[in-house]
Amino acid sequence: MKQENASADFVSALPNIPAAKHLSEEQLQTFGARLTEIGQRYMDSRGPADERYIRRVIAAQRTLAFVARIVIYSGILYAPMFFVGAFLLGLAKIIENMEIGHNVLHGQWDWLKDPKIHSSKWEWDGVCPSKQWQRSHNYIHHKWCNVVGMDRDFGYHVLRVSEKQEWKPVYLFQPISNMLMAILFEWGVAVHDDKMGGLRTGETTIEEARPSFKRLFRKIGWQVGKDYIFFPLLAGPFFFSVLLANVGANLIRNLWAYAVIFCGHFPDGVEEFEPSDVENEDKARWYVRQILGSANISGGPVLHFMSGNLSHQIEHHVFPRMPSNRYAAVAKEVRVLCQEYGIRYNSNNLPYQLFTVWRKVFRFALPPRTPQNPATQTP
Amino acid sequence: MASSLLNSSVTRVSQWLASPLRPRQYLELLNPLWAEQSCGRIEKIQRETDNAVTLVIRPNHRWQGAVSGQYVRLGVDVDGVRHWRCYSVNSAQRPGDETFSVTVGRVNGGRVSTYIQDTLRVGDVIALDKAMGDFVLPTDATAKLLFISAGTGITPMMGMLRSLRDSGIAADVTHLHFAPTEKDCIYFNELNDFARRPGFNLHQSLTREGGQHFDAALLDNVCPDWAERKAYVCGPEGLMNAVRTHWQNNELSSQLCEEVFQPVRAEVPAGAGGTVLFWNAGSSTEGAGDKPLLEVAENAGLLPKHGCRMGICQECVVTLREGQVRDLATGEVFGESGETIRICVCAAAGNVTIDL
Repeated sequence: MKQENASADFVSALPNIPAAKHLSEEQLQTFGARLTEIGQRYMDSRGPADERYIRRVIAAQRTLAFVARIVIYSGILYAPMFFVGAFLLGLAKIIENMEIGHNVLHGQWDWLKDPKIHSSKWEWDGVCPSKQWQRSHNYIHHKWCNVVGMDRDFGYHVLRVSEKQEWKPVYLFQPISNMLMAILFEWGVAVHDDKMGGLRTGETTIEEARPSFKRLFRKIGWQVGKDYIFFPLLAGPFFFSVLLANVGANLIRNLWAYAVIFCGHFPDGVEEFEPSDVENEDKARWYVRQILGSANISGGPVLHFMSGNLSHQIEHHVFPRMPSNRYAAVAKEVRVLCQEYGIRYNSNNLPYQLFTVWRKVFRFALPPRTPQNPATQTP
Repeated sequence: MASSLLNSSVTRVSQWLASPLRPRQYLELLNPLWAEQSCGRIEKIQRETDNAVTLVIRPNHRWQGAVSGQYVRLGVDVDGVRHWRCYSVNSAQRPGDETFSVTVGRVNGGRVSTYIQDTLRVGDVIALDKAMGDFVLPTDATAKLLFISAGTGITPMMGMLRSLRDSGIAADVTHLHFAPTEKDCIYFNELNDFARRPGFNLHQSLTREGGQHFDAALLDNVCPDWAERKAYVCGPEGLMNAVRTHWQNNELSSQLCEEVFQPVRAEVPAGAGGTVLFWNAGSSTEGAGDKPLLEVAENAGLLPKHGCRMGICQECVVTLREGQVRDLATGEVFGESGETIRICVCAAAGNVTIDL
């Protein structure tokens, strides 16, 4: 397709987006319409099998969480069980946060019309209140994905992962802040709110941010009370062992969530955009931006499940309300369509994607080389 | 005192331990009836006619009881999707027995009634809402009663009749019932048993076998003292209108108790909008069939919470009280009262009421 468009009278629909400037307006619109058709076909076919899937996953997750707590206490009799229990609880928390919580909060299961599995009612197992996260994630991140200065998740206001972000001396420390984000991931998510963030920049007043803080402190109270006070207290003299096991479980969840989520938009090959790129953006252009701004993680069914199917990040960004159990199937069609239209479809295994993210963290910690002096540029 | 203090602190700690879930969300894994929400197990399914079945339902701990003749909303999952429908409680209240029954008639093309007839099994658990309505026996046990019913409209009357029978009250009841044929008559045998009781005067009219439809002459003939009775009517729209008009014309509306079937939805012309009532704001405005309700509200001076304005973020989800909406992305017209909708991508399809 790229070759066909080499003719002199070709007008690009997306002249400012290098990875898609080979598309004419007509091609772009057909691409968009075909993508909408694919999504609609999957949405129309939702049915009892999908319902069974989510109910079973929820029941299995709750059972696992319960068993994990028991296994942790069995560490009182046989110490290695503290480690096994922490690991199981970590798994339970990962499944709850990713395959269940994240996806329910996107409204992927609202069509069941069951208030027990509904985006407006769900509260997840993490310190960030669901409502707060829904706003910063579903709205600001998903709508303005990878638009530097608009998508607050791009670098999380802590990291510089693109030359489009202006360099500041504080970024010299970003290899360390990146590591802290991985370890404290749930806490990072919790304080990453536009109202609270606005305090720092002066965009919001303390009064405006007060409700967000109140909600956050209440949620922190429940989460800390549960994992770091009440469950350890039940173990009596083994308080600290259970506390450590719970800290370990949360750490396992934090590291895994960090890895999956950082691989969604920061690996090599994803595009970043300028606010001017999204002026008068229509649905087809929005699709192209979501695809170019996202990256998939390739792997088997276990990886997809444990990542909450966020390994299909491209499909999730194109169809955020599609039930996650359908992403694997729809991905095949999206990939073929992208190939047909010459739109880059970024997919690679987890170690590779993570390696390129970390490479960026180190590379962009340093100030850009001055473009005025080409002699200093390496070939 | 000490034990109640202990009890409440155990509850508090267990809530903390289960958070962000509730303790019952773990218990319901063992038994769905231990859920926090009101629900019930199907104990028995009894076929009444080819097109009607009676469900005996055992409700869980959340059930607050029902008075015979009231209606209860059942939440049935059809192909994974929950649908709510109202049915009349037709069992007598029995002390110490929480089970109640409803009879479900087949509605042509009705998703829920068809599912209940053909697919629902004993042991299945369905969601319940609390029983509501004042279509119940008067507190004055000596009042003379008149029941007028057609088709499955007999079900709430059956509840009242059974209650009278079980409580041993020999009430003075005239019952006028319409059905197309004898085969369509639910509770045919039981009704005839009632007919042998003193004080119970049954008149069945089989309209497709030469029986009369409701009119003033028939009423005067079957029940000359109708004006002195507390009257109850339940049936299709035609019967309801005829009876209502007759009682209004005689200025006796206060003695008539009506129970409507599921409201008949007016067919909305393709693309048409309607009047939009914002329930908690108490204001209303016209909403075009192609204009998102979010914009309609904003133009009316309201500031609903919202985010992306493209249907992906769930910030603008509100509850639909009445009417239906059109999904502007797919063109689909949908909506049952109580359902949630995204107002940034849904427009009015006919008159709608939403809770902003």
